[in-house]
Amino acid sequence: MAQYLIKRFLMMVPLALGITLITFTVIHLAPGEPVEMQVAMNPKVSAEARQRMREFYGLDKPLHVQYGQWLVRLAHLDFGRSFAPDNRQVIDKIKERIPVTLSLNIIALILEFGIAVPIGILAATRRNTPLDKAITVFVFAGFAVPTFWLALLLMYFFGVKLSWLPISGLHSLGSEGFGTFTWLLDMGKHLILPVSVATFSSLAGLSRYMRSTMLEVIGQDYITTARAKGLPERVVIYKHALRNALLPVITLLGFSIPGLIGGSVIFETIYAIPGMGQLFYMGVMSRDYPLVMGILVIGACLTLVGNLLADVGYAMADPRIRQGQG
Amino acid sequence: MRRGWVAPLVLLSLVLQVACDSGSNRAAPVMRGPGKPAYGDALVVGSIGEPSTMIPLLASDSPSHEVAGHIYNGLVRYDKDFKLEGDLAESWEVSPDGLAITFHLRKGVKWHDGAEFTSRDVLFTYLVTIDPKTPTAYAEAFKQVQHAEAPATHTFRVTYARPFAPALESWGMSILPAHLLEGKDITKSGLSRHPVGTGPYVFKEWVAGQKLVLESNHDYYEGRPYIDRYVYRIIPDNSTMYMELKAGTLDMMGLSPVQYQRQTNTVKFRDRFNKYRYPASAFTYLGYNLRHPLFSDRRVRQALTSAINKEEIIQGVLLGMGQIASGPYKPGTWAWNPHIKDFDYNPERAKQLLAEAGWKETNPDGILVKGGKPFQFTILTNQGNSERLKTAQIIQRRLKKIGIDVKIRVIEWASLLSQFIDKGNFEALIMGWTIGQDPDIYDVWHSSKTGSKELNFIGFKNSMVDHFLEEGRSTFDMEKRKQCYYGIQEIFAKEQPYTFLYVPDALPVVNARFRGIEPAPAGISYNLIRWYVPKEEQMH
Repeated sequence: MAQYLIKRFLMMVPLALGITLITFTVIHLAPGEPVEMQVAMNPKVSAEARQRMREFYGLDKPLHVQYGQWLVRLAHLDFGRSFAPDNRQVIDKIKERIPVTLSLNIIALILEFGIAVPIGILAATRRNTPLDKAITVFVFAGFAVPTFWLALLLMYFFGVKLSWLPISGLHSLGSEGFGTFTWLLDMGKHLILPVSVATFSSLAGLSRYMRSTMLEVIGQDYITTARAKGLPERVVIYKHALRNALLPVITLLGFSIPGLIGGSVIFETIYAIPGMGQLFYMGVMSRDYPLVMGILVIGACLTLVGNLLADVGYAMADPRIRQGQG
Repeated sequence: MRRGWVAPLVLLSLVLQVACDSGSNRAAPVMRGPGKPAYGDALVVGSIGEPSTMIPLLASDSPSHEVAGHIYNGLVRYDKDFKLEGDLAESWEVSPDGLAITFHLRKGVKWHDGAEFTSRDVLFTYLVTIDPKTPTAYAEAFKQVQHAEAPATHTFRVTYARPFAPALESWGMSILPAHLLEGKDITKSGLSRHPVGTGPYVFKEWVAGQKLVLESNHDYYEGRPYIDRYVYRIIPDNSTMYMELKAGTLDMMGLSPVQYQRQTNTVKFRDRFNKYRYPASAFTYLGYNLRHPLFSDRRVRQALTSAINKEEIIQGVLLGMGQIASGPYKPGTWAWNPHIKDFDYNPERAKQLLAEAGWKETNPDGILVKGGKPFQFTILTNQGNSERLKTAQIIQRRLKKIGIDVKIRVIEWASLLSQFIDKGNFEALIMGWTIGQDPDIYDVWHSSKTGSKELNFIGFKNSMVDHFLEEGRSTFDMEKRKQCYYGIQEIFAKEQPYTFLYVPDALPVVNARFRGIEPAPAGISYNLIRWYVPKEEQMH
């Protein structure tokens, strides 16, 4: 096991380096430069001012020098300063946005798994019944409905017409003066709409996946044996079948980890949630290289870690992997 | 079991609700009395974008300047009629030769932290702006200064090498606190997130991505503003913002033409909100690459303008919320020439002009041909601006009618700049300019500004225009300047280097509980500190 782990770790190093190189190349290949994005079409800016700004950001140096400097800083876990006019540390910008995105995504992920797994099982055990069909229609409706459209309708209905729920943002005006409980309640209310829409739209994939793996497992011989032994159906399904059917779901969970820090731009834009999606989008649009690269590198590292965790989880759950060729 | 049906039903009922909402458009809204001015309440303003920094010198985005404008003051500012008036400077004198400007600063003005405002702050702001280490977009005007000095605590004098008319305006730049910034690296200053100014509002907090909160400055030199708090909420989606407005959690935003014309005419809405409308300081144009053989002939450009129905574009794209542009200035301002005779919509004249220019025959598709080549070109515009795209489509249809084949290409902003505009690699494009308050347009039209990355990218060269531009910026005599800019507009009307299309309207809406709003040519926000909410209507 230890050997397996070390091997897995060592393999991650060149991968991580490759990621930084690709990240750097791709963002620099995109047309336009940070300075251009800030000052283009502004009659007040002279060529000299442009040059000054380029020098300030170090954009006048050759690309390989820029890459080297960035890599050295990165090795010290320094993501550099943003090219936006505020010139703040990239890490500060990410730090103030990560809690929001992370907590939102975790809640949505828990809900997603908490709802999709049971309804997937339900659909599998009641295969081809009206219930199965209703679930299919429900999850695909969620998948097919454009999020922004559903979001706007719900906002209008619950926010403007009924005034039950706040429309956007995270806190009401004046929430600084609330007590802890009211403050949490206020934030909870703000989260209801975005979290429900996010969950509703993401159920399809996982529940369908759960349904098919479950069906596959149920069709296997050992289930027939269990049934033949006279075990109650409940035990057969939830004790014997479910365990094996859940195995691939671990992989999916592992893949979801990098997604936790990424936010959906459309979603955050509609609900005015200051999350990572918007930060990244703005970064790309203004060619804020350090910010974009910082987020990409963190995302890539989390992907690597997520894969590692999934592999380790697999290795622990399945002896064939741990003892095989790795 | 029923779950699958609930969602569609809810949706259906929502759609019906939305549809019903646009009815009832009969009676007039209830008029509210002026009430009594009172201190208190908060103004919540919605914005699509978040400010980037609260040091205006370093910011190039409009949200930053909008918020910082309430925190800082300049030496001068524009009043409601676009005339320069003193702000931190009580008065100023221009020397008879036009080379030196002496500002007499207001006494007793305090920074928000209690320190006194003096000429040292002004000198510092000037020095830090021209400092090569400061990454600012606004150094150009200050670089014309030959010598700056602060001979007394409340006197500041600048000397120019030659008279420079836009100089006065450039001193509208926000003055920064010297005692907090001197000797420090301005790019790493905490002031960018926590500004200290002299303005009517004091910075309170900035919640990243959500809002900025300002509180009224009780010691403001013009008196304490009535509204206690100014909240700048960041809501990146226009539809969401509009719903927040209707839900009463937002007090002020800019409406789109559709919202203004079609969605806000109910009695209920007009009871609760006041809509305003005035020309925005911007225009949209169709620009021709004058280096391209197709457009080098003036008659062709005149024909194109004659074939385009500007009124139709304003109706189709802006639902009438705009006016025809015939030159680069805002109608009604002092530099705008009211006597310009624009080429109005007249397809017959267009055909005739094209025939004079040699475009006589047509090919089987009905496209004009000259020397075997069909008359076709591509209009470029930037992605994310549906108004420009719609304008392009309307133009495309109109030009088709006189036998010109137009293609439209929408390109992402950065690519459009670097791959097409900077390289002069385009035929025609639809873009817009903001109209500055000073009419100097040297950088966009002078023949020396046609290089790569310069703003005269259409390659317009006209010695008369050059002469007027130089003359217009080198005198403080308003009458002389006016003649120069009138002259330029006459040349533009004949030459048609652009087809000037329209000046859109700004369409702000404000909750009706706010009183004291007096629409003027400069808009509504200029007297924000005099807005108030009568005591009985205060919400926050």
